[in-house]
Amino acid sequence: MTENKNKVSDLQSHTGVEVMRCYQCGKCTAGCVLASEMNFPPSYVMRLLQTGSKENYDKVISSNSIWLCLNCENCLGRCPMEIDIPKMMDYLRTQSISENKLHPDSKPILAFHQSFLNSVKYTGRLYEVGLILDFKLRTFRLAQDIAIAPSMYLKGKLHLLPERIKDRMSMKRIFAKTIETAKTTHP
Amino acid sequence: MKIGFYPGCSLTGSSREYNESVVALAKALDIELIEINDWNCCGATAAHVMNEELSLSLPARIMALAEAQGLTEVVVPCAACYNRLKVTQHELEDETKRSSVVEILKLPYKGDLKIINVLQMLEAYGTENIKARVTHPFAHKVACYYGCLLVRPHSILKFDRVEDPQSMDSLIRGIGGTALDWAFKTECCGAGFSVSRTDIVAKLSGNVLKDAYERGAEALIVACPLCQSNLDMRRGAINKSLETPIDIPVIYITQAIGLALGIGAKELGLKRHFVTVEL
Repeated sequence: MTENKNKVSDLQSHTGVEVMRCYQCGKCTAGCVLASEMNFPPSYVMRLLQTGSKENYDKVISSNSIWLCLNCENCLGRCPMEIDIPKMMDYLRTQSISENKLHPDSKPILAFHQSFLNSVKYTGRLYEVGLILDFKLRTFRLAQDIAIAPSMYLKGKLHLLPERIKDRMSMKRIFAKTIETAKTTHP
Repeated sequence: MKIGFYPGCSLTGSSREYNESVVALAKALDIELIEINDWNCCGATAAHVMNEELSLSLPARIMALAEAQGLTEVVVPCAACYNRLKVTQHELEDETKRSSVVEILKLPYKGDLKIINVLQMLEAYGTENIKARVTHPFAHKVACYYGCLLVRPHSILKFDRVEDPQSMDSLIRGIGGTALDWAFKTECCGAGFSVSRTDIVAKLSGNVLKDAYERGAEALIVACPLCQSNLDMRRGAINKSLETPIDIPVIYITQAIGLALGIGAKELGLKRHFVTVEL
């Protein structure tokens, strides 16, 4: 109980979100385009966090809800209390990673983010061909998008070689001092 | 009119037709775009999902470079980049966050750059001025699709109406088009799940497309490369999820205005779309 109270206050100190301000009107859930796919829709996530039990906190960070959230911000746009649920979701995802409570649905989503950031780290920009190859290797989805790749190439939408920025050292430094020193580096 | 320019990664790759149409339109309107030297990726969704400091440092480097270049205003055509830059600027008003990011970057950062999206650039230029240059009126019924990142969070972006935005609609009316009233103007297309969860993108983008089509839209007009690629490049997957396939094209606002100003389809990148554009 005490441990969870600390977790909810950690959440507040990192994001400014006070879960107790939610009065369960349900507008976030009504406007959430993926509520029906989630283990718990957004207003239910709020309620679970409000109960103050460790069991419920763990349910939230082990659920697919935090991974399916697209950060479209519709919930925040419509919340009468202006509770920043998307910011809270970002925080809960990092907690899910650091406590190793990943829902299986997080796998392709995390793999995509990892591949994306790898490209940025090494070139300074998004290298789309590299991103897709890296993603395929991480997920073994080797056949994905084979069908559209040739037309993308013919339409001039695929650069086979990456564009690199000049000051790549700055990228190395930014990554080394942020994500690589945080405990959330290796999902 | 001279203005700083941050194209972002999508515009150099899979959405290069957006870049082509922005550049062609700016040229036709005598707007000089000055690209930020050695710009990097804004980090997009991946960075803010994985690490907050990274998600602030990447956009901060871009803005620090723009400031060093003497720019005071920067246009950001990609809605995702626009959103990340604006949100970062807001977050870095916090003294602690700003000093830690400046320490990482080793670059001075003032935070007073004016960041605008492409619709704001065109509004600043003047709907009336654009109207005066129309040679080929855009006589089509269209649905203007804003998506998420141009309008939310309103408290930070302070751009247009959050539920029923109007800026793109009025630009379309200015070039002789009809902007339809419809229900999915700001619903999410599935955004960054294009590769990781194509099934979700097919469903969400399918809902958007279906409403526009049923209300008689001849095309969707967008100002975001993520929305465009989900609705266009993922049309095969979308149509598999719909009962009846839909073949209306999805074009950028800069392409629609470009056509009205008599700029050629090829110059506007209209040949690069997956769904054929015959407007």
